[in-house]
Amino acid sequence: MTGLFKKLITAFRGGAREVGEAVVDMNAIRIYEQEIADARNNLARAKQDLTGVIAKEMQAERDIKRINTELERYEQHAIDALNKGREDLAEEVAVKIAELEAERGNHEAAKKQFHAHVERLKDIMKQTEATIRQHERELAMVRTTESVQKATRSITDNYGAGATRLLDAKSSLERIKKRQMDFSDRMAAADALDKESGSGSLDDKLKSAGIGDTSGGSSEVMARLKKRAGGQG
Amino acid sequence: MQSINQVMEGVLALDEESRLGVEFDIQPIPGDTEVIQVLVNGQEELPIFVTASDDQILCICYLWSEDEIKSDSKVEMLESMLDMNMPMPLSSFGRIDDKYAIFGAMSTGSTAQDMAVELTMLHDNAIDAIDALLPYLK
Repeated sequence: MTGLFKKLITAFRGGAREVGEAVVDMNAIRIYEQEIADARNNLARAKQDLTGVIAKEMQAERDIKRINTELERYEQHAIDALNKGREDLAEEVAVKIAELEAERGNHEAAKKQFHAHVERLKDIMKQTEATIRQHERELAMVRTTESVQKATRSITDNYGAGATRLLDAKSSLERIKKRQMDFSDRMAAADALDKESGSGSLDDKLKSAGIGDTSGGSSEVMARLKKRAGGQG
Repeated sequence: MQSINQVMEGVLALDEESRLGVEFDIQPIPGDTEVIQVLVNGQEELPIFVTASDDQILCICYLWSEDEIKSDSKVEMLESMLDMNMPMPLSSFGRIDDKYAIFGAMSTGSTAQDMAVELTMLHDNAIDAIDALLPYLK
């Protein structure tokens, strides 16, 4: 699998974008999408096949077990026959045993094949999964590159060819800082102004000198009212 | 998956507390690709461009172009940018054509609040970056 990083870096370094060439071939995205879809299909099919072959392997295993059980039984019969002096019967059983052993041999060979097939399918699935991961990663890179290209085109078209900003970085920063300074200067000045010459501050000064509106609150009011009440009472 | 228009509308609808008092000005840029220009606190010197890939939203703030860099200090500048890339919250340095930029990438499922934080952070990072790397510019 080719490393897409390398390709992109080479393309960018070659100034492909500056020249206005598309770094990303419009087909590339379609191809990636198609390959991912194909890979997913292959993966699904392999999974299905795998299920089938595992089932066959298990069936072969069951057949082997079944035959082994029968073999035990017939061998016992043969021994019993020999013990009873019935060599003719024992020979018939021997034939049967040989047949069963041959059948078992077939099942064992089949089981081996199924097992090998299972391993192969598992390998294929791992590879396909890795391919899908890789393609999706590369597709994301290609899609992002394309998005940025398109956006940049819109932006430069809007701001005028060759310029994506009104000013250079230095001037921008100076303007921003100046504005921030003006703002905090204005805030500080307003604060100072209010402290030094605001009517609010004068009232404070008068009040602390005991001049003007020196109402001391409710206790003074009560004292005044009581005086008047006393005068009238 | 929402469009960037929807997310930005959400940003404008946030109450002041949710946007930490930051003001956003939004303007779509004409063209066949959806690109929205965002000004943070009215600062038109550093617009942020918001665009979407199909699985992510990109916020891009241009810093300076190649011809603004002092040629003999370019390597040091690049090293500093790489050094700053990790500590810089949410944003990363990048280069688009001959223009250096700071950008942030977010999921298309991001909330308006996420977007507000991203844009504010990006803007502040941009100012800080220009301030810090100014010695490398002509």
